[in-house]
Amino acid sequence: MNARLLPLLATLVIFLVAYAICYAQYPAMLSTRVIGNLLTDNAFLGIVAVGMTFVIISGGIDLSVGSVIAFSGVFIAVMLRDTGLHPVVVFALLLTLTTLFGAAMGGVIHFLEMPPFIVTLAGMFLARGMAYVLSIDSVPITHEFYEVLQRSYWLMPGKGRLTLIGGMMLIVFIAGIMLAHRTRFGTNVYAVGGGVQTARLMGVPVGRTTVGIYALSGFLAGLAGIVFSIYTSAGYSLATVGVELDAIAAVVIGGTLLTGGSGFVAGTLIGVLIMGLIQTYIIFDGTLSSWWTKILIGMLLFAFIVLQKGLVWTTGKRRMAGG
Amino acid sequence: MPQSDASQPLLRARGVRKIFPGTIALDGVDFSLQAGEVHALLGENGAGKSTLIKCLTGAYRRDDGDILLEGASIDPKGTLDAQAYGIGTVYQEVNLLPNLSVAENLSLGHQPTRFGMISGRRMNADAREVLAQYGLDIDVTRNLDSYSVAVQQVIAIARAVTLSGKVLILDEPTASLDSHEVKMLFDVVRSLKQRGLGIVFISHFLDQIFEISDRLTVLRNGQLVGTEVTAEIDRVKLINMMLGRELEQEVRSHGKHHAAAGEPRLSFTGFGRKGSIEPFDLSIHAGEVVGVAGLLGSGRTETAEVLFGVAQHDSGEARQDGTVLSLTNSRQAISAGFGFCPEDRKTDGVIADLTVRENIALALQAGIGWMRRIPDREQKAMANDYIRKLDIRTPDAEKPVGLLSGGNQQKVMLARWLVTNPSFLILDEPTRGIDVGAHAEIIRLIEELCAQGMSLLVISSELDELVAYSHRVIVVRDRQHVAELAGYEITTDNMVRAIAAPEREAVH
Repeated sequence: MNARLLPLLATLVIFLVAYAICYAQYPAMLSTRVIGNLLTDNAFLGIVAVGMTFVIISGGIDLSVGSVIAFSGVFIAVMLRDTGLHPVVVFALLLTLTTLFGAAMGGVIHFLEMPPFIVTLAGMFLARGMAYVLSIDSVPITHEFYEVLQRSYWLMPGKGRLTLIGGMMLIVFIAGIMLAHRTRFGTNVYAVGGGVQTARLMGVPVGRTTVGIYALSGFLAGLAGIVFSIYTSAGYSLATVGVELDAIAAVVIGGTLLTGGSGFVAGTLIGVLIMGLIQTYIIFDGTLSSWWTKILIGMLLFAFIVLQKGLVWTTGKRRMAGG
Repeated sequence: MPQSDASQPLLRARGVRKIFPGTIALDGVDFSLQAGEVHALLGENGAGKSTLIKCLTGAYRRDDGDILLEGASIDPKGTLDAQAYGIGTVYQEVNLLPNLSVAENLSLGHQPTRFGMISGRRMNADAREVLAQYGLDIDVTRNLDSYSVAVQQVIAIARAVTLSGKVLILDEPTASLDSHEVKMLFDVVRSLKQRGLGIVFISHFLDQIFEISDRLTVLRNGQLVGTEVTAEIDRVKLINMMLGRELEQEVRSHGKHHAAAGEPRLSFTGFGRKGSIEPFDLSIHAGEVVGVAGLLGSGRTETAEVLFGVAQHDSGEARQDGTVLSLTNSRQAISAGFGFCPEDRKTDGVIADLTVRENIALALQAGIGWMRRIPDREQKAMANDYIRKLDIRTPDAEKPVGLLSGGNQQKVMLARWLVTNPSFLILDEPTRGIDVGAHAEIIRLIEELCAQGMSLLVISSELDELVAYSHRVIVVRDRQHVAELAGYEITTDNMVRAIAAPEREAVH
């Protein structure tokens, strides 16, 4: 068996065991209603985590996405309040803007050979600052089109609702999986993560790929911003602080190696669901403080980093024994 | 070479020249490769093999000369460009991506697609088909790093041949393979030869050269020594070509008959390390220079590393002036008064970004601990002292070492150890890659140090150099110390014979 599948399998097992424990205590947790809510509540995080998966597989990091989500919300709210534009036009404008923003960061990372950490940290402050410039206060969104979006759902058997935004997240995940495994771009992302120098020698267009990766992350952060604005019906420049870190946590728990080169978009979905499940459990329990979510996620993350280190170590040893 | 005129060569280099600051890496080298030929390229480290390869593949821009492919002049701008011309290269470290599957590695950049989506089934089928030509029947969907280096090497060859298909350059492909794997690789090389590819084969294993190559070209110090038909040359002649000088010239210039009187300063008995050097005995007196001769990869550098504790010995013991010495790491070696200038000064030696002063002070500072910093003034005095003594050509002590020429970097390395005032200094290839003037100075320096009572172990592939300063010479072959020459026995002739023995000695 391929050793790199191990983190993914570990994530899947943890998710199933955790769900079994929850089910044993609260049988109601295994209902389509809970599952529907799980998808809806974590839709924006899931979408942004797909972009983060590509970034991390390529060996990079994108710290700007949380701020970009907040900027998106404020941008949409202000545009809808101050101009007569239809939300669909505003969405198109926003997505163009965030995609270009991501592409610009990718360009700086590649052409100026700057570490992604620093470049996207600057991007994080920039996007947050732009949100403040647009509005310091929370701006409500009251457009009839938004009500349509919020009310559209598919009623699953068992009366659970698969909302538009929950469904959108699933579609993004499916598209992400196809992009990662069935396109040359996807293979190039893995190649860059496996070794930039070697990838270049093998003819991978490293520059185009890097710009593409961060543009994709920017696009998905914009999309997550739209989803978040539908979820909250408002734009607020102080929203989604630290969401980039939640996304990174979901990606790592999903079995993607922080060192790059290895990981699965599908794993990230399970990572997001594990984090959502912990939250749901705490709500069901009712007595636990919500900080327990952070503590459990912290412990999980730590366990995964140790697991990954162990894997890298054992495969390294095996290779040395072989050579 | 009648055959090279018989037909147009597939690939030809004419008068290729490459200059690096301080050295001429290639000095008007000619090279020609026929289709359906395995042409070996030989030479010690720094002889210019890899520089020539890099000029052929466009990784370096040559300063002069022509490269002709099938008679037409080409000027590849890089390895990808060379690949487009039909020249593929496979390196010792496999240049594929360990985290991708075998099929992805083979098809990267050329994956079969349908409606913009990669057709995994076709990609895997193609990969299986390609590898079947090389006698490999493996699961192509598994990651590359789940296979041995030999299999990865064949996959790398398969990719290079698929993408280029005229010339295949193999740069030390067998360095980390066992004999069974080498045989598998050679079968692949022979079948490619049958298909009419021209193959350049670089290796420092002479047995392999004799087994696989049709012709061979020897380089030394950036110059072409000669091109020969492999079947018409014997081992002794080949080694002479590689290490230089003809057999007859050797009568020792000056009889350094150092009487090995008294107790040795250092004695090593049964010293060795599994897999890198067989146990050996060695004793060194004060004021004695012991030379180490051998080909690249013979175990000469490993000898030095075991002695200095860089690689921990797993058998034998060391004694200094009769008392047992613990030598499990290099810190202990330094505190016992050892010094070591390694072979590759760029990666193991000088720190290019630090200044001359900082580089010189490094070992001494490490010896007394980081808590007690050597005052700047003292460091500066020390550095200036050695800049004068060793004639290091630098405007001042505050210049980064990386900006100096090779010979001057080497002197900075030497100065670093000399300030620690060692009693035993190991020099691994002290004259590699430096110009003739600096060469002579370093040899003079070795003689001076020895006259002052220092014990030296000098590894060199320049045999006449060893003759000039050694009191004794140890010959290393196949990771064993095979001979020890002393006094008047030290001639290049004797050394070459000891290195070449036993296989083809009978030819003489």
